Amino acid sequence: MLSEIPLSYFLVVSTLMFFIGIYGFLTRRNLITILMAVELILNSVNINFVAFNRYLFPDQLEGHFFSLFIIAVAAAEAAVAIAIIISVYRRYSNIDVERVDTMKF
Amino acid sequence: MSIHELMFYLFSGMILLFSVLTVTSRRILRAAVYLLFVLVSTAGIYFMLNYQFLAAVQLTLYAGGIVVLIIFSILLTSHISQKFEPIGVKKMVFSALAVAAGALLSIMAILDYGFDTVVTTSQNPDMELIGTSLLSYEKNGYVLPFEVISILLLAAMVASIVIAKKEKSK
Repeated sequence: MLSEIPLSYFLVVSTLMFFIGIYGFLTRRNLITILMAVELILNSVNINFVAFNRYLFPDQLEGHFFSLFIIAVAAAEAAVAIAIIISVYRRYSNIDVERVDTMKF
Repeated sequence: MSIHELMFYLFSGMILLFSVLTVTSRRILRAAVYLLFVLVSTAGIYFMLNYQFLAAVQLTLYAGGIVVLIIFSILLTSHISQKFEPIGVKKMVFSALAVAAGALLSIMAILDYGFDTVVTTSQNPDMELIGTSLLSYEKNGYVLPFEVISILLLAAMVASIVIAKKEKSK
């Protein structure tokens, strides 16, 4: 049964995943890999919502629907981010965040 | 150890292992494939928690849609054989320290807090319930976010076409 696994185990897994995503966000320099780190972060938040929904409020579906909407927003975000990345690549011929600094003061 | 626990440890181990590989791999296409594995194992966690519709959405939209989009943009913008230069030791150590401190603090707070869980017979919300709540405007209805998200998706679609479009040559 599910009750053999405490809720905090799910939360620990999603916390670790969140901070691994932060680590990637801090150390990566390629724009697409930064985007992948952001996807990791969003995904870990989803696990939190779903686990809370199942363990604390099993007869309501708030966490479930929140996760659905987060997935939709993540899809929109990825589409716009990739459009921006392609546009940047067309202008500068690379997508390294440290070499795209025209607007830096 | 029951089958449930075994599945949980398998999925969470896969999630953690492939997350680390996603952010540390020096070949970008491999990082994208590791991200795919992370998302599929997350769908496994949703199946385990008995939210089958959500798991299916995760598989089709995240693992099927977003990862394919990312792989396409990788193929458009970088050379496959190219490896990233290793990151500087100083940057790596300081990022790892900050991340470890944050993770430790959060995990201590989580383990310290007693959640009063009420997990009963875990039943899968059926499609009829999901569909009617998405379109209902009563209590526990989600028609407003549903409509807002449809406009957001339309706006994002138009915006990405406009941004990625080739500029007119003068």
